[in-house]
Amino acid sequence: MRIMSITKRVTKELLRDKRTLALMFLAPMFILFLMKLVFSVNSTTSVNIATVNVQSGLVSDLDKVSHIDTHKYSLSKANDALKNGTVDAVVRYKNSEYYVTYANTDASKTNATKAALKSSIIVNNMGQLKRSLLRFQSQVPQVPEKTSKSGAIKIHNKYLYGDKDTNFFDKIVPILMGFFVFFFVFLISGMALLNERTSGTLYRLLATPVKRSEIVFGYMLSYGFLAILQTLIIVLFTIWALNVEVVGSVFYVILINFVLALVALAFGILMSTFAKSEFQMMQFIPLVVIPQIFFSGIIPMDSMAQGVKFISYILPMKYAGDALTGVVMNGYSIGQIIIPILVLLLFLVVLTILNIVGLRKYRKV
Amino acid sequence: MNDISVITLNNVVKRFGKQTVLNHVNMQIYPGQIVGLIGPSGAGKSTIIKIILGMELADEGSTNVFGKQMPNRRLLGRIGYMAQSDALYESLSGRENLQFYADMKGLNKRSSDMQIMHVAQVVDLTSSLDKRVNGYSGGMKRRLSLAIAMLGNNDILILDEPTVGVDPALRRSIWAELKKLRNQGKTIMVTTHVMDEAELVDEVALLLGGRIIAYSDPYSLKQYYQVNSIEEVFLKAEAINNAYNVNY
Repeated sequence: MRIMSITKRVTKELLRDKRTLALMFLAPMFILFLMKLVFSVNSTTSVNIATVNVQSGLVSDLDKVSHIDTHKYSLSKANDALKNGTVDAVVRYKNSEYYVTYANTDASKTNATKAALKSSIIVNNMGQLKRSLLRFQSQVPQVPEKTSKSGAIKIHNKYLYGDKDTNFFDKIVPILMGFFVFFFVFLISGMALLNERTSGTLYRLLATPVKRSEIVFGYMLSYGFLAILQTLIIVLFTIWALNVEVVGSVFYVILINFVLALVALAFGILMSTFAKSEFQMMQFIPLVVIPQIFFSGIIPMDSMAQGVKFISYILPMKYAGDALTGVVMNGYSIGQIIIPILVLLLFLVVLTILNIVGLRKYRKV
Repeated sequence: MNDISVITLNNVVKRFGKQTVLNHVNMQIYPGQIVGLIGPSGAGKSTIIKIILGMELADEGSTNVFGKQMPNRRLLGRIGYMAQSDALYESLSGRENLQFYADMKGLNKRSSDMQIMHVAQVVDLTSSLDKRVNGYSGGMKRRLSLAIAMLGNNDILILDEPTVGVDPALRRSIWAELKKLRNQGKTIMVTTHVMDEAELVDEVALLLGGRIIAYSDPYSLKQYYQVNSIEEVFLKAEAINNAYNVNY
């Protein structure tokens, strides 16, 4: 029952600390909201498309798409303009096929171009179809024919930078979601135990017959409860406010984040034993927290040297990042995420044992 | 008085790095006594307390409490401890603090309610029990801290500077309570800087430079050093000790 008393006490303290609560719940939402603003700016910046030998009907249709400007160029001039950044894409019409080259330095511009081109071709075809249909005096619109016709036109895509999968924002959102959970739980749980140590209450607590494991589990329960709430809020906010499409199950996303939060909690408590003050706890952020981002999958792992890649295997964020990306972007099933989750649980068990042993520093039994 | 000591320190040596904090300390504390541990800061008072509680391990020698080797987690249920710092949960109320430690001591609901009422009365905090601790004055915090130490069925009370920042009237009532507990057969160990408090204890242990240089009742000590107060005993003992160190 001591575990429950500790849980109750820690939770009470947390709930009365309004500022920390705000940090845990509002700060991630605030940052995610800022990101939405920052990233949605891209879709409203205008995209410049160079057209080479494209029929004027399609060009005017392209121009009608908002934030798209077209410029007619000769082939060589168009390629020069693409290289020096004057235009974002070159559309060339040759042998009734479209050859598109994207600068692709900004994935959102590439996507805007693709979407605009696609819709313009459809609109353009529909116009042609309509005209031919009118010629036949037909009143019945033939839907299947329209789509099949637009599909018949071939678009060849080429990229100056990266490939068609380059979509930075989509790539980082699932990982960022996990990272926020990790970061805030790590920091706040570490601070809580540190505070208990510097205020002397930990010694006082250890002067009672409480077991060391009861203290660790009491903390885990109360912060686990908080982590569930935080995870729910971050995940739901990401899905609704950021309109991030989750291909797989939302439940898995929450599950992964929750396990990650427990790891962060155990990790924070462990790190706090190496800190003498809050300031020293903050010093772990660049040492311990930031590397988690580098190896979480935000930066493509396959481009890293083999030795460097090895570092990622000891960082919990890598496993969470893999699993989250898999569920959000590729719709992984439980069978595909079970291994990263098991690895995270292994981290949790090891860190928890280390914490229980670590409290020996303050009481020898 | 009982012959069997409740706390026994046997040739205890404790070093932190190169510094020897406790140098062959021997101590036998018997039940039904109030023992005052006095000595300048850095003499090793807190280290003795930590070793008795099992928070630190002695490098040499042994420590027994209730005849059992320390450290021993279960025995902590019979020891009440009040640290030098108040060590309270500031965002909780006085009652919530007491309730939490009562749970940690393993008291059941009924006896914890009773005990909380009792200890709050002893330290005169009954009326502010439901206020949050961060609104308490320094003296109130000290009293709450003492109340927490009194919770539970303790046979030993270890109090590190219990009456700092407590006004004289309340100090008197706290001492009255300590004497009552002593008369019930409990053992109380008190560290203090206040020398006139040292007159109130049954036995004085003078700790200097990691050694117990005197251990006796206040009256005999004063006679031995031929002075009128414990304060003078302390000063004289310190002077002799220093002279001894200079000579060798």
